[in-house]
Parts: sequence; structure tokens; C-alpha cells
Amino acid sequence: MIDILTKNLPILVVLCPLITSLFVVLIPNIFFSWILTTLSTFLTFLFSILLYQEIQIQSHISYALGKWMPPIGIEYIIDKVAIIPIIIISGISFIATIFAYKMIPDEIEKKSISKVYSLWLLAIAGLLGLVTTGDAFNLFVFLEISSLASVALVAMGAQKDKQALVAAYNYLIIGAVGATLYVIGVGLLYGITGTLNMEDLTNRISDLNNNKALIAGFGFMIIGIMVKAALFPLHIWLPRAYAYAPSAVSVLLAATATKASLYILARILFSVFENSENLINNTLLYVILPLSIIAMFAGTIMAIYEKDIKRLLAHSSVAQIGYITLAFAIGTKASIAAGFIHMFNHAMIKGGLFIAITSLGFFIQKRVTINNLSGLGRAMPITFFCFVLCSLSLAGLPLTAGFISKLYLIKATISSDAIWIAILILISSALSVVYLWKMIEVMWMREGRKIVVKENPTIYISLIIITFFNVYFGLDASLVVNGSFEAAEKLIGDLK
Amino acid sequence: MISSTIGIWNYWIVFCLMMIGLFLVIGRKNFLKKIVGLTIFQTSVFLLYITFGKIKGGTPPILNESIDSIYSNPLPHVLILTAIVVGVATTALGLSLVLKINKEYGSIEEDDISAQDLVDYHDDIETRKSVDLKFKQ
Repeated sequence: MIDILTKNLPILVVLCPLITSLFVVLIPNIFFSWILTTLSTFLTFLFSILLYQEIQIQSHISYALGKWMPPIGIEYIIDKVAIIPIIIISGISFIATIFAYKMIPDEIEKKSISKVYSLWLLAIAGLLGLVTTGDAFNLFVFLEISSLASVALVAMGAQKDKQALVAAYNYLIIGAVGATLYVIGVGLLYGITGTLNMEDLTNRISDLNNNKALIAGFGFMIIGIMVKAALFPLHIWLPRAYAYAPSAVSVLLAATATKASLYILARILFSVFENSENLINNTLLYVILPLSIIAMFAGTIMAIYEKDIKRLLAHSSVAQIGYITLAFAIGTKASIAAGFIHMFNHAMIKGGLFIAITSLGFFIQKRVTINNLSGLGRAMPITFFCFVLCSLSLAGLPLTAGFISKLYLIKATISSDAIWIAILILISSALSVVYLWKMIEVMWMREGRKIVVKENPTIYISLIIITFFNVYFGLDASLVVNGSFEAAEKLIGDLK
Repeated sequence: MISSTIGIWNYWIVFCLMMIGLFLVIGRKNFLKKIVGLTIFQTSVFLLYITFGKIKGGTPPILNESIDSIYSNPLPHVLILTAIVVGVATTALGLSLVLKINKEYGSIEEDDISAQDLVDYHDDIETRKSVDLKFKQ
């Protein structure tokens, strides 16, 4: 029994939310559909923990779906790299589901709640499938499952603010164009290599280094994934989608959605195309590096001038994605590890910040803008305390998780003789303090209307969990750091 | 030169359709027309895949030991079957969103909608100002 379980773990991680999503839609009762969703995400999290333990022993699991042997059949690959986004997605989705208990009934009419939970699980299943699959076309299918489900979830915000519809529409159109570009790339690669399996692709690409179709295919794939990962000029869909989605959905998407795509980006760059070094080095140096630096500053500056807090956090996400891709762009082992560390930490930081801000919105019952934050810090001390801790973590103060990721990022840039990048990172982090302080100041210093708020444990429990991890991984980061360095070693080997 | 250019005419069709679709998605302000463009864009990719799979004079890929023939690759067709399903889902979701937008805003022109959103935004600021004023008094 246990043996069958451990053998099938790679598919169970994806199937558990996928199958439950079919049943949740049938349950009319709000409470029971929430219970089932929580159970399912908890099981998924448990499976991914088991998978993590399995990975420590085996270091590479290849799962042939339906016993069709790869490269003909679809292969699911779990290795030390893939386990990082799997843990992030399953863990954060569990915490976000706990948070959803009060938030979703508050914002969505009763009859569509079970449908929302169904879409919720479908989005999680799509994201998990995205990171486990080792088949280039299967990846496209999961990409679309996750993005269609998230579009529908974002559109659910329309019951509070009709702008959610336009946000969802833009997300859909831009996302669909991105996914289609990715498919063109896969098609071109299939045309010249005759395979869709990623490991097989790596081997067959090595013979055709200067093939034009290869370069074109690579370009299409990278652009498609960059749209999904919201790298700077392709991030237009992100702020609106995060800002107008229902609160719980914002938390889920902000913490997980782009992480999966960033992982795919890393895998395409460093694993699938590892044999065409020239192509990769040029892409990293002339495309991803400048775009990441612009993203760092553009995101931060947009956030400084933004009044709407959810949008502010979304702009800050654009900047943080810039840090992660910057780390990838430097391309050394240390920097890629730093990218993964920041990917993990940013999921916790942004998850925490979004939970804090949306629970403020829950109590004041209107859009959270900088003006109606005033005095809320004193009215809601627990939420405010966690918010401050997460903010400090985002700014990168010592003893928080954000410090660890900034530390390793700057160490990596200095060791690869790019001091100017380290300076730019420091400037951008300093600028991020501006918008964080702006919020904290208004919440704590300014006298607001007297509101009495009774903080509800069902809301702040998830915030406390996520803040605890923010502090814990700032004090003892060995788990994340070791995992990330192992992942980086697996990705680029001993080449550099 | 000319024969090789014309010989790959189906790639030219794919290329033209792709550009028409992408232009509609980017250039049109009407939400419905954008979806039309997206569908054309996706269909061009389906044609691209099917073109890869076809060999001139190729037979269907049926296992037959007596005849030793060239056959067309079936895999791209199967992939496209999946992609068509995804495309239908995307179009359906997009159209339902357009319906909802039309119901809420009374228009599906991007300019109208962003103008309305802007008006709402300013209204919001004005009401907040007046509320704040009242509160101070």
C-alpha cells in the first residue's frame, strides 16, 4: 500500500486537486465544499513533503504516465529543481485555502462558491502539473488549465468591482497569445528534432547548434513563458488581475502563479537548451539581464506612485520577479541558487502581505487605498504586526527571509565581478522601503476614524503561519539555501 | 528560387494568418474583434502543426505489413486535437467575459470602458473628499 503510494507520488500531487475539483462543484454547502478543498490541498501538501523526502534519497524520479515509456509516452520528472516550486505551490495554496474560509463567502454570492472552489483546485492542479511534467506539449496544456482557471477566478471579483471583468479579459487575451507563442516554439522544435520529451530534446538539440528553426523555436518558447512569468514589458496583465481578483484569489495567484512560470523559464534556459551555450549566453546577457534591471526599477517606481494598495503590491511583484530573473541572467551556480532562494522567500513575503492587506479590506469593507488605511494599525494590532514583519522581509532587513535572499543575490553578483549590478540591487531595495514605509506610516502614525475591529482568528491564523515562516527562514535558512544550491548544481552541473 | 518559395505555400498561408490574427489582437479596440483575432492566430498554429505532419504522397499511418509505404506523422494531428480543445475553451471563456462586460458597462469598446473606469475613479475621489470634509466638521 505504502509502496504504491510512494511509487505514484509524482502523479498524485497533480491528480489530488484535479479530481477533488470535480467533486467540489457538486457540493452545495459552503462549509463542506471548503472542508473538501482544505483536505485536498492539505493532502497535496503532504504528498509534496513525502516527495521531498523521496527526492533526498533518489535525487531524480522519472514517472512514466500510464506506463508508456518515455520518450514516446508522457514523462513526469521530479528532481531537486522541480521540488522547490512544488513545495511553494502546495504549501502556499494550503495556507491560502485556510484564508479563503471567511474571505470567499464575503465577496462571492452563495450559489457560485462551490464553483469557485472547483476553479481554485483546478488552478492549483494546473500549476503543479506545469512544474512536474517533462513533456513540452503537456506543459502547454497545464499552462492553459492554470491560466483559464485563474482568469475565471479573477473575473469572480466582478461582484465587488466590475473592473475585475476587464482585468480578467486582458489576462485571458495576453495569456492566450503567450501560450500560443509557446506552442509555435514547441512546434518548430518538434519539426526539427521529432520529439517532445524535454530530456530527449536536450540530447537531439546538441547536433544542430546553428539551425535557424532552433533559434526561432527557442525565441518563441522564451517569449511565451516570459508573458506568463510577467517579466517587465510583458507584465501589463499582472497589476490589474491581482488588484481586482477576490482577496483569497489574489493571495493564491500572487504567491504561486508566476513562480511556476519562472521555474519553467529556468528549466528551458539551463536544462533543455544546455547544449547551445552561445544562444543561451546571448539571451541572458542581451535580453533577460537588461529587462530584469528595468523591471526592478520600473516596478518599484510604479509602486511608489500607486494609491491602491493591492495594485501597489502587484507592481512590487513585478520588481521582485525582476530580481529572480536577474539572478538567472547572471548565470553562475551561486546566482541561480540565489534566484531559487528568492523565489521561495518571495512567495512567502507576497503571500503574507496580500493576506494582511486583504484582511484589512475585509474589515473596512471597501477598496484598500492609502487614504483609508489611516489608523488601522492601532485598530488591528495582530494583522499590522504581521504586515510590518512581512514588509521588513520584503525590504530585506536582517533576521527575515528577505535578507537571506538579498544576501545571496548580492554575494553571487560580487563573486561574478558585477559590482554595478549589486549596487543597482541595493538602490532598488532602498527604494522599496519608500512604498513600504508609506503604508506603515499611514497605518500607525496618522489618526484615523475611530473604528473598532474585532480581529477574527479564522482570518489571522494563516497570516501568523506565513509570518512565522518569514521569520523562521530568516533565522535558519539552511533548508532553503541547501535545497537551492542543490537545484542550481543539478541545473547547470559543473559547467561554470 | 520561385519554385521553392511557392512550394512552401502553406507556410506562407500560416504566416499570413498568424500576422492577421496577431494584428487584430493588438490593433483592434473592440473586445469581440480581439477574440476573433485570437482565434485566427490559434488556427494558424494548428495549420502549422498539420503542415509539419504531412508528407507528399504519404498514406494514413495504418499498420500494414504487406505494403511498405511512406506515411504521414499522426502525432501533430493528435496534438492539435488537444490544442483545438484548449482554443475552444479560451474562446468560450473570452466570449462569456465579453457578454458580462457588455452587461456591466453597456459597451465592448476599450475606449468607452476605460473612460467609464476613469469617471468612476474620479467620482470615488470626489465622494471621499466630501465625506472627509463632513467628518472634519
